[in-house]
Amino acid sequence: MKVLVPVKRVIDYNVKARVKADQSGVDLANVKMSMNPFCEIAVEEAVRLKEKGVATEVVIVSIGPAQAQETIRTALAMGGDRGILVQSDSDLEPLAVAKLLKAVADEEKPDLIVMGKQAIDGDNNAVGQMLSALLGWPQATFASKLDVEGGKATVTREVDGGLQVLEVAIPAVITADLRLNEPRYASLPNIMKAKKKEIVTKATGDYGVDTAPRLTVLKVTEPAKRSAGIKVENAAELVGKLKTEAGVL
Amino acid sequence: MAVLVVADNDNAHLRDTTHKTVTAALAISGDVDVLVMGEGAKAVADAAAKIEGVRKVLLAESADLGHGVAEVQAATVEGLMSGYDAVLIPATSGGKNYAPRIAANLDAAPISEIVEVVSADTFVRPIYAGNALETIQSSDAKKVITVRPTAFKAAGEGGSASVESASAGTAASGAKFVSEEMVKSDRPELTAAKIVVSGGRAMGSAEEFQSVIEPLADKLGAAVGASRAAVDAGYAPNDYQVGQTGKVVAPALYIAIGISGAIQHLAGMKDSKVIVAINKDADAPIFQVADYGIVGDYKTVVPELMAALG
Repeated sequence: MKVLVPVKRVIDYNVKARVKADQSGVDLANVKMSMNPFCEIAVEEAVRLKEKGVATEVVIVSIGPAQAQETIRTALAMGGDRGILVQSDSDLEPLAVAKLLKAVADEEKPDLIVMGKQAIDGDNNAVGQMLSALLGWPQATFASKLDVEGGKATVTREVDGGLQVLEVAIPAVITADLRLNEPRYASLPNIMKAKKKEIVTKATGDYGVDTAPRLTVLKVTEPAKRSAGIKVENAAELVGKLKTEAGVL
Repeated sequence: MAVLVVADNDNAHLRDTTHKTVTAALAISGDVDVLVMGEGAKAVADAAAKIEGVRKVLLAESADLGHGVAEVQAATVEGLMSGYDAVLIPATSGGKNYAPRIAANLDAAPISEIVEVVSADTFVRPIYAGNALETIQSSDAKKVITVRPTAFKAAGEGGSASVESASAGTAASGAKFVSEEMVKSDRPELTAAKIVVSGGRAMGSAEEFQSVIEPLADKLGAAVGASRAAVDAGYAPNDYQVGQTGKVVAPALYIAIGISGAIQHLAGMKDSKVIVAINKDADAPIFQVADYGIVGDYKTVVPELMAALG
């Protein structure tokens, strides 16, 4: 069984994004970039499927600038087998990304696509669902547990109010939530080994899909800042303030 | 232009997130219809008909809709879109699950979690965990939009729209509902509560979380929240998580206990009207956004707070 894992290179999740002074976007110059945390979880899950003998090959794909190679290498060091970089120097919208991933899936014919539920830059939470719709494969989003057996995947999903269990026929698209697993750190020998693994570079144009933007970003601004309030001495004073000053009790 | 709002419901109750989404829809157009998808959900449709400003309510019912099967939910909405220029869906985990499918099938760019309607084609949405706001203009003929409910006031009651039935979509779905396990609680829902009491990693155990956070929440009639660290450590169920990747809340009062205030957590609660932080570390980032802070051990502060509340 082949598993395809799309990964995205994004601002490191510990770095606070800063808006550019001209309001054209977020300043990413000289900012630490890393693999999107949800994508890391997806890679880990795919590698575990391989270690359990369920998956035979884990293919990593990233759509992004040349530097997204590094992100693919990281995934290969975690245990991916080979990589595909679809190089794009412009920032693509989720619809375009979903169409490109569909084209990659049409070529690679994976049995399962495991991917992060959301990228922490655009915060759209859309590509997995769109890819599932375009492929006509079932989806199981926000997965916190995944079992693959006998041509189907049993997925525990984090939903409003609790957990839901879905059974999806393979091929399917699974999106990973935070608690699916804890991704491993790649060991030094595995990082060295990953350097020798194959990464094929493609251009977005190779797939013949429409990636034109549908949205125009008019401006990017900083949200209104909240200023620190006051420290109170004790609980009684706090309750007093909440009743009289804030009027919320 | 006409706008369709999809109601957030559990087959029996209409959630308040629907009223908030109607407010966003009314900022786009005066012609707003509400679609209720579920099973045995007539009471939900009747409740939706009372929302002020709603033109009519459409009720689509099937077993798959009752279980929230994404493929069928999306197909139901798509079947109605010839009559609408935009569909607005509350950005709950249920809404986020199917909304992008509609966009893909209509070949439109999804517009996720808007917090402001600038005009019929221009919207503001948070990116980078709420550290930036982007204003975007859509060129798609049919727009698929999810709405962050906490950013809009709830539309009032007092309407008397008609309820019509609509056909439930069908989709060859390879997905089968197996079971669900819902957290049973008499407390208000996290995203709709006026007061939220949240606990963090400092609690140290699930027992401590339950014995410290929950009684205080119950005293205040509040919902219970948690930081990601507390959820990851197993002190609180996943459904309690407040933050970028969990729930976004904006209550009148948010009380953070033993929560340091990571960026991801702040993204989920910084729009609360009043924030209270209780933390023994005076340098914890949570104090930078708190209106009222108490530096101290929650083990002594929370019992005092319980006593002061009487």
